[in-house]
Amino acid sequence: MSKKITIEPVTRVEGHGKVTIKFDDAGNVEQSRLHIVEFRGFERFVQGRPYWEAPVLVQRLCGICPVSHHLAAAKALDVIVGAGTGTGLTPTGEKMRRLMHYGQFFQSHVLHFFHLVSPDLLFGVDGDPALRNVVGVAIKHKDLAVMGVMMRKFGQEIIAATAGKKIHGTGAIPGGINKHLSIEERDSFLKGADPLNADKMIEWAQAALDFLKDYQKKNTDFIDNFSKYDSNYLSLVRKDGALDLYHGVLRAVDANGKKVLNDVDYQEYDKYISEEVRSWSYMKFPYLIDQGKEKGWYRVGPLARLNTADFIPTPLAQKEFEIYKAYTNGKPNNMCMHNHWARLIECLHSAEMIKILLNDPDLLKGELVTKGTKVSRGVGLVEAPRGTLFHHYEIDKNDQITKANLIVSTTNNNEPMNRAVNNVAKSYMNGKETITEGMMNAVEVAIRAYDPCLSCATHALGKMPLEVTLLDSNDNVIDKKRS
Amino acid sequence: MIAAKKTLLYGYGNPGRQDDGLGNEFIELMAKWIDENGIEGVSTDSNYQLNIEDADTISDKDIVVFVDATIEEIDDFYIDRVEPSGAKIEFSMHAVSPAFVVNLCNSLYDKYPEAYLIHIKGYEWDFAEGLTDKARENMLKAAEYVKDRIIGKKSFID
Repeated sequence: MSKKITIEPVTRVEGHGKVTIKFDDAGNVEQSRLHIVEFRGFERFVQGRPYWEAPVLVQRLCGICPVSHHLAAAKALDVIVGAGTGTGLTPTGEKMRRLMHYGQFFQSHVLHFFHLVSPDLLFGVDGDPALRNVVGVAIKHKDLAVMGVMMRKFGQEIIAATAGKKIHGTGAIPGGINKHLSIEERDSFLKGADPLNADKMIEWAQAALDFLKDYQKKNTDFIDNFSKYDSNYLSLVRKDGALDLYHGVLRAVDANGKKVLNDVDYQEYDKYISEEVRSWSYMKFPYLIDQGKEKGWYRVGPLARLNTADFIPTPLAQKEFEIYKAYTNGKPNNMCMHNHWARLIECLHSAEMIKILLNDPDLLKGELVTKGTKVSRGVGLVEAPRGTLFHHYEIDKNDQITKANLIVSTTNNNEPMNRAVNNVAKSYMNGKETITEGMMNAVEVAIRAYDPCLSCATHALGKMPLEVTLLDSNDNVIDKKRS
Repeated sequence: MIAAKKTLLYGYGNPGRQDDGLGNEFIELMAKWIDENGIEGVSTDSNYQLNIEDADTISDKDIVVFVDATIEEIDDFYIDRVEPSGAKIEFSMHAVSPAFVVNLCNSLYDKYPEAYLIHIKGYEWDFAEGLTDKARENMLKAAEYVKDRIIGKKSFID
């Protein structure tokens, strides 16, 4: 009997996803799909609102990475207010934003690794679900769990100091930033009692990376071969080819490392990237126009960034980058689970950048805002922790937003995540009579490698379960599980 | 006055999504009341969501009262005790529950505070700021309940 498995988190408003795996009569995977019901109404919601509200409004999109949306919107509006396309801000404006951004990267990558990934590594993909979480990590490896909690706290405090507050931060404004860092704030981050200081964060970021590298050596087959496949890779890079998470030009490389998008100005992103609509998914499928729909899909995020960048401009992360690149002889890395390796190199880079910026006197004084001649269209891109994030706004003569287009990181990774699900479903489930929780988790592990943001910005008690439904070929429910 | 026990009131939600901001607005209200009345020993915090670092935040408190919006079928609000509880990570979730935070605190520090969760009924969840009138009414009732407990130095659950 053919059957269909659905992994479905049910949410109240939007932002939910489900995985459907359909088997043929022989028990082999016939088709698998990741559906993410992403709310697109936000782009309409901001129409008619004054443009200067956008950097605050967009934080309603997501409670997980509001800083990324905040900064991408602010960068788009920098263009609109005539402050340039990423390099026109005052030194203070740009460096305060960068500090906010690296704080966000640091805490986000830490959360993903310690909260979502380390339990899978420490207890196994098919480990006891009761232990396979950060509490389980705390019981078995308290030192790791303490690191995760305190590193996340440090990053959150950097964000609060630069954005002004934890919720709906107002730090970035069109053309700059609205505050300096105080001497007290700077000193608390640089010289705070252990562990909450920049040096300790660098030390711990290196330790987390060493842990992952050691794990990879002991579990090479799993880490290297779990859902590996070729693709294109896209990200921002600095004009000289350096990894730059805040600003740069758009670069894409193919599976052999050949540039297929050659350091172009992202203000014209719509000349190079389009989005395909497929009937079975609410989320679009972006692709490189020159490569076409079939071949033009690409990956974004840590794996992609370390495939597109030529080097990392901080010493410890650069040393790790060289080790990482040597592992694939300098060729693009196509191993899904190496996202985690790349993510922790970026985490180390972020910690180094935080320390460098904290020692920069421009954070404490100087002009905050750049003014110029207003234009009607602006595009802002940042590398969000999960990948490239696009914000595009147009305004009318009354300063009201007439158009908004957002391509979020998870949308950019839509096709790659579908490929990953399909690979793992076939590897783990083909011909199996019983589908175990471990097999289901393997599918989730593949998706988690991309750290998609499926949680919606709103939440309420009791309404975020994970529902697993098994259906036969006639769509009759034969089993249902709820987390 | 000085509270009998070191207490943290912690509301969470997204104030950009109407009644989902009940927890945040509750905290604003209580912070003002604490300040105006010179109450010592009671602190406040709020955020979009609870997360793992909150295990550290609550670790030095005697009592923690979490406050969240709910769509449950209740009249206005209710409070219940939060005990440490493990929870499976859901799919790719980045947020955690109060019970998870308390459990993680216990696992990391071998102690945890007396914890409660106030569920306040909300009604509308669209992209807009500001609570609905009925949700605000429910929040004010919950605030009076908490003030009474703090002033009277009474248990949060009778």
